[in-house]
Amino acid sequence: MSRIGSAFREAEGPLFIGYTVAGDPDPAASVRIAGTLLDAGADILEMGVPFSDPVADGPVIQRAGIRALRAGTTPAGVFRMVREIREVTDKPIVLLTYYNPVYRRGLSWFYSEAAAAGVDGILVVDLPLEEANHARECAQENGLDQILLAAPTTGDARLARIVDAASGFLYLVSRTGVTGAREDLPEDLRGLIGRVKARGSVPVAVGFGISRPAHVRACAAAGADAVIVGSGIVGLVERHLADPPALQEAICAYIRQMKGAVRAR
Amino acid sequence: MTGSRGSPTGSKARYGRFGGRYVPETLMEALIRLDEAFTRAMADPAFQQDLSDHLTHYAGRPTPLTFCPNLSRSLGCRIYLKREDLLHGGAHKLNNTLGQALLARSMGKHRIIAETGAGQHGVATAIAGARLGIPVEVYMGETDIHRQALNVSRMRLLGAKVIPVASGTRTLKDAVNEALRDWVERVEDTYYLLGSVVGPHPYPLMVRTFQSVIGEEARRQVLEREGRLPDAILACVGGGSNAIGIFHRFLEDDVRLIGVEAGGEGLATGMHGASLCAGSPGVLHGALSYLLQDEDGQVSETHSIAAGLDYPGVGPELAHLRESGRMEAVSVTDRAAEEAFSLLARTEGIVPALESAHAIAHLVEIAGDLDRDSIVVVNLSGRGDKDVETTVSVPQGTGGSR
Repeated sequence: MSRIGSAFREAEGPLFIGYTVAGDPDPAASVRIAGTLLDAGADILEMGVPFSDPVADGPVIQRAGIRALRAGTTPAGVFRMVREIREVTDKPIVLLTYYNPVYRRGLSWFYSEAAAAGVDGILVVDLPLEEANHARECAQENGLDQILLAAPTTGDARLARIVDAASGFLYLVSRTGVTGAREDLPEDLRGLIGRVKARGSVPVAVGFGISRPAHVRACAAAGADAVIVGSGIVGLVERHLADPPALQEAICAYIRQMKGAVRAR
Repeated sequence: MTGSRGSPTGSKARYGRFGGRYVPETLMEALIRLDEAFTRAMADPAFQQDLSDHLTHYAGRPTPLTFCPNLSRSLGCRIYLKREDLLHGGAHKLNNTLGQALLARSMGKHRIIAETGAGQHGVATAIAGARLGIPVEVYMGETDIHRQALNVSRMRLLGAKVIPVASGTRTLKDAVNEALRDWVERVEDTYYLLGSVVGPHPYPLMVRTFQSVIGEEARRQVLEREGRLPDAILACVGGGSNAIGIFHRFLEDDVRLIGVEAGGEGLATGMHGASLCAGSPGVLHGALSYLLQDEDGQVSETHSIAAGLDYPGVGPELAHLRESGRMEAVSVTDRAAEEAFSLLARTEGIVPALESAHAIAHLVEIAGDLDRDSIVVVNLSGRGDKDVETTVSVPQGTGGSR
């Protein structure tokens, strides 16, 4: 049983997945931020591998990626950060990446290095099911979960194939559009989660646009097994770039608030 | 595991090992629907007739194949230009935008978005949108907005909204990024009208299909004029739509096909846009192709005096043609392109786009190796009015009559 599988099995309510861009604003600070997320109660850590052309990301995560790249972050550097974080936590660590950094260094290299560093699952944003065969093989060979995306636009036939192929959890994109905080969640979230649940038992983690306790409550009420919060956290990093203690405090307060909403189901 | 119907990993999505569909899940169904709509349209005589009527009576096809007596004499071979600069809008781009805008209309889309570099694709999309009554919004990098101001004015005059892109290098690559982000947001009601043979399947196939009219005509015209096929065809390559447009009909023929990339300040400086000459396989904007990137897969900054060639990627079919040896890929510098720009203006009275001037520049470089009776066709993909400001630094003609 993978760490991710165990985490969902043992969960008493929806899990909280905290996202941060690896290397933002620099490698050392990034490791500290990841530690803060975990200490503050994130159940799963999701780290984004920075990429020069992140077409699925909104402005907040785009800027974080630029900061991380300017600080010299590379895939090898990300794995070094994961090693450091792995020394202090047993919680699952998931990498979220675009395909080109994986392809360029080679899938075998990327997946085996990730596994060796202590990564538990990999999600490649721009690698849909039809292109993901090799990645899924590499994941399997290295004992990693290959996490797949589903979206509101995914039709029933493809959704069934994606649910069938997903391992670890299914990353359900709550709405069309790029990452980033939104005012409201889509109204038909319950129906969307229901469509996935009707096709298999893989845990469903809902992401994109979730930044407030009310969103977390809505996801939990709609049947989500986990919520993923990205831009909300990355935005705090950006706001407190010059003041690490204030950042730590802000992240802790934010996660307490969001976790409180998860438990309040 | 692949879908049983309209499998996206089917052979038509691939050119050798290149191509494919590397996009976020949110766009996948839209690409599958687009592929189906395109396939339906291609088999529909009414659609074909509508497109053909637009191309003939509105866009001005066929475009001439112009013999260049003066340039032929000075370079020592028989030079023809395929005059896409004379197509309505001033570049080959309208072949594609009319085709895709008709497709958008048949799909019931009420909003068209596009990216543009030099502005020619933006203008051609604005024209097609105005003609068919569909609102158009065009993403354009801030750098390009400044260096192609004429086309910005034209787009606005044609009723299109020009959205400046301030991210990244503020050029074509970032305009594509922003257009993709827009499409992910409004995929249900929006048609993304991509301007080159790049992007996820079916775009490379679709754009090539609509641009192949260039080569169909050129082949017929050169046979009528010379009674034989040309020895070589040259075209500039940014994304590669004008190149594949003229090359495709000649793929089975014994004709040299030469794609000319943006050499910028020279390949050794790293300041260029020559993906085929100096890049490596990688995935950008939804396709596996050649890409200018660093060893960790971060996309490189590019440079070209020609905004339409200032792009780190290239169409997957061109990557395949290059790798299979069917097409030669070369590059010429900004400087050489500027010289060719004024050379063609002075010798033949034709001001080429700086993009197209790259193909002329390479012809100048290889002319010494060609026989006097060699027939060469250059795809003159666009006209150069938009570039007159950029090139004022180029030495002007020494003729006394100015």
